[in-house]
Amino acid sequence: MERLQIVSAEDGMVFYLITLTKITVMFGIIMLTVAYTTLAERKISAFIQDRLGPNRVGPMGLLQPIADGLKNLFKEETLPASASKFYFLIGPMLAMIPALVTFAVIPFAAPLPTSWGVVPMIIADVPIGVLYILALSSLGVYGVVIAGWASNNKYAFLGALRASAQMISYEVGLGLSLITVLMLAGNVTLTEIVWKQQELGLWFSLPLSLGFILFLVCAFAETNRLPFDMPEAESELITGFHTEYSAMKFSMFFIAEYAHMVTASALMATLFFGGWDLPGSWDDVFMHDGAWISGFTGDGAPISASLSVWKTLATFLGFAAKTGFFLLLYIWIRWTLPRFRYDQVMELGWKIILPISLGYAMIVAATILTLSQSGIDYGFVFGLVLTVVSGICTMAFVFVVDRGGTISGAASGKKVGG
Amino acid sequence: MAITTTLVTRPEIKDTSYLRAALKGMKITLKHMLNPRKITQQYPEVETRLHPRWRGTHRMEVHEDGRPKCVACGLCPTVCPANCIRLVGGEDDQGNRYPIVFEIDEFRCIFCGMCQEVCPVEAIHVGQDFENAEYSRERFVYDLDRLMHQDHPTTLLWDPSDPTSE
Repeated sequence: MERLQIVSAEDGMVFYLITLTKITVMFGIIMLTVAYTTLAERKISAFIQDRLGPNRVGPMGLLQPIADGLKNLFKEETLPASASKFYFLIGPMLAMIPALVTFAVIPFAAPLPTSWGVVPMIIADVPIGVLYILALSSLGVYGVVIAGWASNNKYAFLGALRASAQMISYEVGLGLSLITVLMLAGNVTLTEIVWKQQELGLWFSLPLSLGFILFLVCAFAETNRLPFDMPEAESELITGFHTEYSAMKFSMFFIAEYAHMVTASALMATLFFGGWDLPGSWDDVFMHDGAWISGFTGDGAPISASLSVWKTLATFLGFAAKTGFFLLLYIWIRWTLPRFRYDQVMELGWKIILPISLGYAMIVAATILTLSQSGIDYGFVFGLVLTVVSGICTMAFVFVVDRGGTISGAASGKKVGG
Repeated sequence: MAITTTLVTRPEIKDTSYLRAALKGMKITLKHMLNPRKITQQYPEVETRLHPRWRGTHRMEVHEDGRPKCVACGLCPTVCPANCIRLVGGEDDQGNRYPIVFEIDEFRCIFCGMCQEVCPVEAIHVGQDFENAEYSRERFVYDLDRLMHQDHPTTLLWDPSDPTSE
């Protein structure tokens, strides 16, 4: 008879060993993902440009990241004579650590039943989930700024300046579009957010479509990815804030950028696409009053759920597929859109995204209040009404606000006669 | 000549949309991404296609009995802009001229093809070969023996049915 209690700190040594195993396995998986995302970026960008990417090193280039890592190990480490040595050295570390640590609160599979108890598939199930993520992503600015300043190089300095301004501006938008998710889920813990999406029957990207679009844009800006590529603008700033870095330190910046991408993709998958949830209710599990349930029947009685290794594996693959889709989206958009100018980036962040996300948060709050006051339960109808309201907001955003004011393409500013 | 103007109508700002333009762009990149026909040439598995007039490593033509066709006239060292041909001529006992020493330094050569154009007996040719990497500079000087034993096709510098270019 297997234990159905969650393995917690009271179990002593077993808990620590299990957590250590989880940390090691997930760290390994993330580093592998980061390495193969660099390969995926090169291959996908090559396919978009009608050429093949690296395909010499292993079959289809699969050993290319290892070759890159070895190359970076053997290269000479530069340390400019006039750079502040301490800050120059810790810059890459400060960039890499928040990107990796943020992954600790993201649930990546359904809980796994073992003979010692049920192991929740999340490294640290802290109740403050989303706040932890927001706090640590703000720390990511420090790595960039310190690296740029410590390099004692005017291009690096300019890159760092632009990076800090951009990242700080888009954090406001990130937080505000996140608030809609928190309002709908009622809780900050990420496992609760996944459960609420299972309870609602709809992944949050449908009832909160405008929030999803705004979160997507802000996540692109936070990770310094095109079209918000200002800090690393190769044609203007050499390589921006990491101009003076070489070999392993540059590699750490690279890993930091891709790890940030992976974390942002995982976050988007969790908050808006149900995390490890697969379509259908056969995999919904949540701990409620000491028992595992998969939902409530019409009159409020809990339906019990069973846990199994196969569910864990299947949900992990589902989570990986969603994260992979967002990584593909990152790469796809990078090779489609040109870079924004610095003033366009600032204008978008402050004059468009901030008021719209604020207004949208108010609209969502009003809708949720009206729905709960009128007695509609947290279920399918609830989600449907919110989807309609969000759909109207998204249409308004796309057809009214998106009118070439900030970023106008080949548009004429005045009437053309004849 | 009259100046012609073309009026290009561009959409007004109220009809433009960044998001929709971005989505249209993404559709185009997706189409390219999924197109299986890529233009990368997988060298060295795929042979490079060289054109008939492509000038590369030299080659010395031979008669049927193995003697080089070269009559050591001295035209190719004279015309070579890079001074890469070294020729020492001599006569054999029947009075025929032949090259005692004929060396081409492929490293100095600029592969202009002038030596082939000027040769009166069509002995020296430039050929369609570029895979001639060596481990030392000395190995790039090709002597007569090596030049006679090259086996790549030679460059076609003039129409074979009209050799005097009338």
